[in-house]
Amino acid sequence: MLEVKNLKTYIDTGSGTVKAVDNVSFQIEAGETICIVGESGSGKSVLAHSIMQLNPSPPVFHPEGEILFEGKNLLDLSEKELRRIRGNEISMIFQDPMSSLNPVFRVGDQLIEAIRSHEKVSKKNAKKRALELLTDVGIPDPERRLYDYPHQFSGGMRQRVLIAIALAGRPKVLIADEPTTALDVTIQAQILELMRSIQKKYETAIILITHDLGVVAQIADKVLVMYSGRIVEKGSVSDIFYRSTMPYTWSLLRSLPRIDADASNRLIPIQGQPSNLIDRPKGCHFAPRCPFATEACLEIDPALTKRGEGHWAACILSEEEFSNKKQELEVYAQKGAVK
Amino acid sequence: MSEPLLELKDIKMYFPIKEKVFKKPVNHVKAVNGVSLTVRKGETLGIVGESGCGKSTLARTIVGLLEPTSGDILFEGESILGYNKKQMHELRRDIQMVYQDPYTSLNPRMKAGEIIAAPLKAFKMTSNLNERVYELLDLVGLKREDADKLPHQFSGGQRQRIGIARALALNPKLLILDEPVSALDVSVQAQVINLLEDLQEELGLTYVFIAHDLSVIKHIADKVAVMYLGKVMELSDSDTLYHHSKHPYTNALLSAIPLPDPEKERQRQRIMLKGELPSPANPPSGCIFHTRCPIAQAFCKQHIPVLEEKDGNNPNHQVACFYPQETEAIVNSQ
Repeated sequence: MLEVKNLKTYIDTGSGTVKAVDNVSFQIEAGETICIVGESGSGKSVLAHSIMQLNPSPPVFHPEGEILFEGKNLLDLSEKELRRIRGNEISMIFQDPMSSLNPVFRVGDQLIEAIRSHEKVSKKNAKKRALELLTDVGIPDPERRLYDYPHQFSGGMRQRVLIAIALAGRPKVLIADEPTTALDVTIQAQILELMRSIQKKYETAIILITHDLGVVAQIADKVLVMYSGRIVEKGSVSDIFYRSTMPYTWSLLRSLPRIDADASNRLIPIQGQPSNLIDRPKGCHFAPRCPFATEACLEIDPALTKRGEGHWAACILSEEEFSNKKQELEVYAQKGAVK
Repeated sequence: MSEPLLELKDIKMYFPIKEKVFKKPVNHVKAVNGVSLTVRKGETLGIVGESGCGKSTLARTIVGLLEPTSGDILFEGESILGYNKKQMHELRRDIQMVYQDPYTSLNPRMKAGEIIAAPLKAFKMTSNLNERVYELLDLVGLKREDADKLPHQFSGGQRQRIGIARALALNPKLLILDEPVSALDVSVQAQVINLLEDLQEELGLTYVFIAHDLSVIKHIADKVAVMYLGKVMELSDSDTLYHHSKHPYTNALLSAIPLPDPEKERQRQRIMLKGELPSPANPPSGCIFHTRCPIAQAFCKQHIPVLEEKDGNNPNHQVACFYPQETEAIVNSQ
């Protein structure tokens, strides 16, 4: 339904061009959930904004690539045509529920405005629909809540309102940029549950951007792992969590503190700091931090290669070499040689 | 068991809500509402809870940034609340704090070396100043050359290391860590947690570690206090808490944390909490958790449970609930 092909999003800055999104391709079908994971600066949010064409231009430009939605390339459309797609076909939820609503308008008015900008309905019908939407997203006592201002809502409730607004145009694709990062875990569980039930009801395709691998494990069908602007591994959720063949994904999973792990075990961190987007290292971008890096990795920039049905990884190590290296490292770790 | 270093006795911290014209207090936000905790030497006390539960306010009262409405704070057996300015100044040698946000807690115009030297200068410990700064940089895993860099030249994890070096400059006994890793990238969190563990071992530090993330707390804490609306709901050694938690709030919190393991994650039973956090200005009657509790009874609305032992075998495990119960297999350890 939505297909991103070789997309490049570059940003001009005073100190050089940042390749925020570099040659990214993926596609999503109705009713499917794709999670984009990565650290800050990996380009995941820029990618999401690119799909919606929300990046300010200049400084952002797309030297290459296509974003195909139902056969149309969104990069070729005029602003007017884009406005018809935004909200109606593809909709977005942002991270911070505190600043995404206008504080001086009633929540109901903001919701009704969203509904009426998508379809020609009378105010009365729009209000009816607003009530439906608020009920859909699980806001108790929606009739009274329509007349409340955003500050009268808690963080979780505001995020529900934003989801309602995003759903107002009955979109086919919902892009959620870290929708639960600003929320507490118990509220996060509620919101994720809500997104799942909405997906079931409307067959919405969801693109969820997050840095929380727990959330990914809970909700994703497919996963894209991003590192310094590129997809370094993509596959089904079990490919990524159980059969990863990319050292970054693997070490990231290994470094997480988990509540189901033995607390006396020492955490195994990834060494070094996330890479600088302006002067990126030659060769593989992860090489300076990679536990398995060889001389060759500093020279060769690995392309995504196929590792299984729908499973792709960018690493020069073959699957066999990778699993050998993993074993070696485990042996070292057990001996305590690796701190 | 080592001797207590820090004792909190029934700490209450109320912030007045004032009326508009005459500024007469009409009500109070009960941010911390009767918390008693003991931290022993060399141990790490983890405090967890959701936003608004009072965990940061509690941290600020310990370091003396806020004066509690009532209660007492003992440090090495001595009450510190009556301290005058000079005594308080001296006390700051022993109690230091690391803040959550490494982007705003460092002065952007000061070089890393100056930031770390600032506490030393404040206590006039300026002999061998440079040597000490290098030693501290070394201790937290930064390079000597880094002393001349400005904060913006560092990444988040490195900045947090500077914050930790600054806190360690005066050889404190107690370190209050307020969400020290929650602003960091996942790949860097583990580095900082390991660093904190090493430092504790090397320097014999005592930590009060505040976080909302139960999985981080599990790795670092010996003892965990779970807070809700200004009160401690459950207090226990870390092992017991993660495997035999008895308070319905702790159970719900544990079950809400997504596990980075799709198969386990999709089989888990989740305890969904109803509704939202009530306002700390008008906390619910009786047990403050009854409005969201999945097992609340009519009795809970009228009576206030105290934090007490509910398990005959483990005197360190205290629960504030009338109907404590273990929920099975919230966390299956391999």
